[in-house]
Amino acid sequence: MKAGSNLERILKSGQFAITAEFVPPATGDRELIERQALYFKGHVDAANVADNMGAVVGAASCAVSKVLLDLGLEPIMSLVTRDRNRIALQSDLLGASLLGIRNVFCTTGDHQKFGDHPEALNVYDIDSVQLVNAVRGLSDSGKLLGGAGCDKVGSFFVGAAADPFGEPADLMILCLGQKVRAGADFIQSQPVFDLEKFGHWVRLAREEGLIEKCSILATVMPLRSAREARAIHEERRGVEVSRDVMTRLEGVLEPEQAQEGLKICAEQMQALKEMKGVQGIHIMSAGREEVIPELIKKSGLETARAKG
Amino acid sequence: MIIAERKPIKELLEMLAGHDKVLLVGCKGCVTVCNAGGVKEVGVLASALRIARRRQGRPIEIDEMTLDRQCEPEFISWLEEPIREKGYTAIMSAACSVGPQYIAERFDKVAVMPALNTKFIGGTLEHEVWAEFCRACGNCGIHNFGGLCPITRCSKGLLHGPCAGSSGGKCEVRPEVDCIWHLIYTRMKNLGQVEKLKALKPAKDWSSYWSGGVRRVVREDLTL
Repeated sequence: MKAGSNLERILKSGQFAITAEFVPPATGDRELIERQALYFKGHVDAANVADNMGAVVGAASCAVSKVLLDLGLEPIMSLVTRDRNRIALQSDLLGASLLGIRNVFCTTGDHQKFGDHPEALNVYDIDSVQLVNAVRGLSDSGKLLGGAGCDKVGSFFVGAAADPFGEPADLMILCLGQKVRAGADFIQSQPVFDLEKFGHWVRLAREEGLIEKCSILATVMPLRSAREARAIHEERRGVEVSRDVMTRLEGVLEPEQAQEGLKICAEQMQALKEMKGVQGIHIMSAGREEVIPELIKKSGLETARAKG
Repeated sequence: MIIAERKPIKELLEMLAGHDKVLLVGCKGCVTVCNAGGVKEVGVLASALRIARRRQGRPIEIDEMTLDRQCEPEFISWLEEPIREKGYTAIMSAACSVGPQYIAERFDKVAVMPALNTKFIGGTLEHEVWAEFCRACGNCGIHNFGGLCPITRCSKGLLHGPCAGSSGGKCEVRPEVDCIWHLIYTRMKNLGQVEKLKALKPAKDWSSYWSGGVRRVVREDLTL
């Protein structure tokens, strides 16, 4: 045990983990965050606290992570390289250490073109692989990228994202390998709808020897309607809703599609649990956190330890 | 070369409000090649501005002149005589933004305004289409990427492969633009150098970029 987080303990002991995306709203109201946390606490092993997801301003991931810690819900603090340079990112990591945050998740972040401030200047001083490397340096040897040492920095359990559906597949595995070599402990994928394609990616990752070095969490996304499924498929690059899923959603009347979406998602979770090389599920509920408890219940993957 | 594009007439007319005698200066360098500020474009723009001002009921006198290069102080000197003799109240420069700045520093009694938006360092893709190829980071490393620049041609400047926004070989930020990582990977594969891409690249040193302050190149071997 390095970082000593709940997530690390679960994954390193070979148990199956459930995490979910906590998207902080643009609020200064602590009560709102606390109410949102009720959908996660006791249901998931840890919650990813998004860092201005979709380039839309929300409360700071570092601060919200601390609120969740206070509530007894383990946070995974997200950091994106879009908005902050290496000085600010490392400063946030030191802040996270001070606050007792033990999990961090490193991504580049969605381009600001898609957010609520498309006219903003972006940063991209470093990329996600380099951020993973920076966290590792700070965590393992107390060293900043600039070379200076830091005292008493807590260790971090480090996550990164991967795209199992990009083309060509070889390049996607190459990208995964870079993240693992940079020091990622766990990977959360892009949303999975096509289990066969995802399974192929996991197999390739295993053949490359990457699965032994990091834990793979498959991301699932419950769909609300056939219309939403089509919109996600068409507009969100990196996410492909499979034909099977679309057909099932279209097969029921509109008022029942949300329930069908949950059912499909729960079934996918069960199937992913059985997939060799998959060590957990990450739920991305796209602004519908209230479905998380029901979804987990439906999937039969309730984790006793999380409830304790 | 520097790629530039003419500003909308409406914006130029707003800049010229209150000025009745103006010199419009073109440049025979990059902006001639990209059809933004050469002799021909200066002529067309001057006519358009004259017509628009006549319609507004306040005619404007615009003289035209195109210098060999506006990014060279020696050529800027050619403006001294006309500015002294003709009594212009404003100079409108149809060059990249080096030109109007040189003019502004040289002549302290006339207003200076840009006729163009300086866009980027780029090249021609096809007739009347130009694309960005270089961000002038000041420390070229394209040999590590099959001769293609991810710093400039990836919308996030990624050094370790594409983001999830790459789809069908295109970039989500500008779907008409190729995902450079798609091209880099294909090329490295053709060169048999995919292994080279697996290496982790250290955080880039941006001090040779604008981050290091306003830049200057000194060639001591060429000083007189």
